[in-house]
Amino acid sequence: MISNDLLYTKTHEWLRQEDDIAVVGITHFAQEQLGDITFVELPNVGDTITAGEEMGSVESVKAASELYSPVTGEIIEVNAQLDDAPELLNDDPYGEGWIIKIRCSEDPEGMLSPEEYADYIESEH
Amino acid sequence: MPYIPHTDSEIREMLNAVGVSSIEELFAEIPEDMRPKSFDVPHGMTEMAVLRHMENLAAANDIDMVSFLGAGFYDHDSPAAASALISRGEFYTAYTPYQPESSQGTLQAIFEYQTAITRLFEMECSNAGVYDGGTALYEAIMMAVRATKRRKVVISEAVNPIYRIVISTYTKNLKLELVTVPHVQGRTNFEGLVDAIDDKTACVVVQNPNFFGCVQDFTELFNAAKALGALSVMSGYPVLQSVIKTPGAMGADICVAEGQSLGLPLSFGGPYLGIMTCTKKLVRQMPGRIAGRTTDVDGKTGYVLTLQAREQHIRRQKATSNICSNQALCALQTLVHLCLLGDEGLRRQALLSMENAQYAAAQLMELEGVRLLNDAPFGNEFTVLFPGRGREICVSLMSRGIIPGFPTGRYYKGLENGLLVCCTEKHTRAEIDEMVELIGGLA
Repeated sequence: MISNDLLYTKTHEWLRQEDDIAVVGITHFAQEQLGDITFVELPNVGDTITAGEEMGSVESVKAASELYSPVTGEIIEVNAQLDDAPELLNDDPYGEGWIIKIRCSEDPEGMLSPEEYADYIESEH
Repeated sequence: MPYIPHTDSEIREMLNAVGVSSIEELFAEIPEDMRPKSFDVPHGMTEMAVLRHMENLAAANDIDMVSFLGAGFYDHDSPAAASALISRGEFYTAYTPYQPESSQGTLQAIFEYQTAITRLFEMECSNAGVYDGGTALYEAIMMAVRATKRRKVVISEAVNPIYRIVISTYTKNLKLELVTVPHVQGRTNFEGLVDAIDDKTACVVVQNPNFFGCVQDFTELFNAAKALGALSVMSGYPVLQSVIKTPGAMGADICVAEGQSLGLPLSFGGPYLGIMTCTKKLVRQMPGRIAGRTTDVDGKTGYVLTLQAREQHIRRQKATSNICSNQALCALQTLVHLCLLGDEGLRRQALLSMENAQYAAAQLMELEGVRLLNDAPFGNEFTVLFPGRGREICVSLMSRGIIPGFPTGRYYKGLENGLLVCCTEKHTRAEIDEMVELIGGLA
């Protein structure tokens, strides 16, 4: 399941751009691969993050994976609901299961369109 | 299978396979001057001769002394049934016996150990043990550093100096700022600790009872640390935990302890058991293994290793610790000991130890020039000051078969006249009287 209004990374994050604010989460494909998600390690509000660098991690019953930031900017909000309900990432990865909001200091670069991402997961997996 | 696997013909066979004609040729790569001059292996001895030799070596140890040594390691009693149960062959099994989820018995035992330990300390989570009390304290500090992303550690000088040496050694090459706050006459220095905590501090580290035996309430200190975003780390003494205020009740974030006093013998320094507990919030920072209880698809109870997604066999670079061996057998022994004693047994053990210590302290005070280091409450261990040097008192009494305590001058300047005296439920009044009498006779 790939949402048509989002941009994607090869590390399976999605990004929704709203002016200079970007909302970031992990894809339906990623949550499916991880299985039941038990914990999300979030960055702190106010942290500055760089595109391509690690910003947290997602832990499931069988694996833990790093989260990489798709853009450069400052964290302005984290989804605090995930502390108590990490399963939101499984249930609604593009909605309630969003992870962070970033105030971008640069435009996102090198991200995949929905079609490109679909091809990518098709070819890689 | 023979104990000596290499017969001459086997050696020849192996040399042939490698394609060399002699052992010398096999090692020709090693420069002459780097080879051992001789292996100096003595000739074989008969079984009887070996036995006699070993018995003579063992006899060189003083094993019949009456000891009032504590300082982190305590000679408590454990029911004979505990060692009988733990000696069953099933428990001495393959390496990492808890690894496959099919080891339900081992996993259940670990789960129950964790449950017993969390109840004792009134903390929310426990792992299945690390090496010992000192390394547990180091791991606790690293948990706080990771959780707070801060690098300053404030530690009380009244924390066991042996543990503090472990910490400074382990952190030598890490970019941590270690601030040691001096004790005040053997008391933990609350004001000094609070002053040292700032917004860069990962944690404040204390011990209860502290190294000098003082029992204190750290609730306010922990509140002060919390207000500045620092975590509170405590090192405890499990046996006394049954009668004194728990780290959980004081608001500690992480509590560790040496588990030896819970049924492990004082066996020339180990193997011991590092107890580690923390709040649920910090559980993902905890190193080592944690067993959890769940239900399978048929609704039956099952035990599993949980939170292992961060373990080194899955994400080595992210592992919270490089502890790769678990103290499963020691933890199991602790659990068996606790189950056999029960709440009441453990409490009795603590109270009897404290009664003996109170008696010993009172008797020592009767001697001229002898006084307690301070008037703080103590458990089963206390520091006493003599007119003479603590170490000399020890040496004099040791020739009479008694070790009266741990000379504090070894680690604390200015306390050369001090002895840290420990009693357990195993001491008799007669032994205490004799120790006091011998010290009295030294003057």
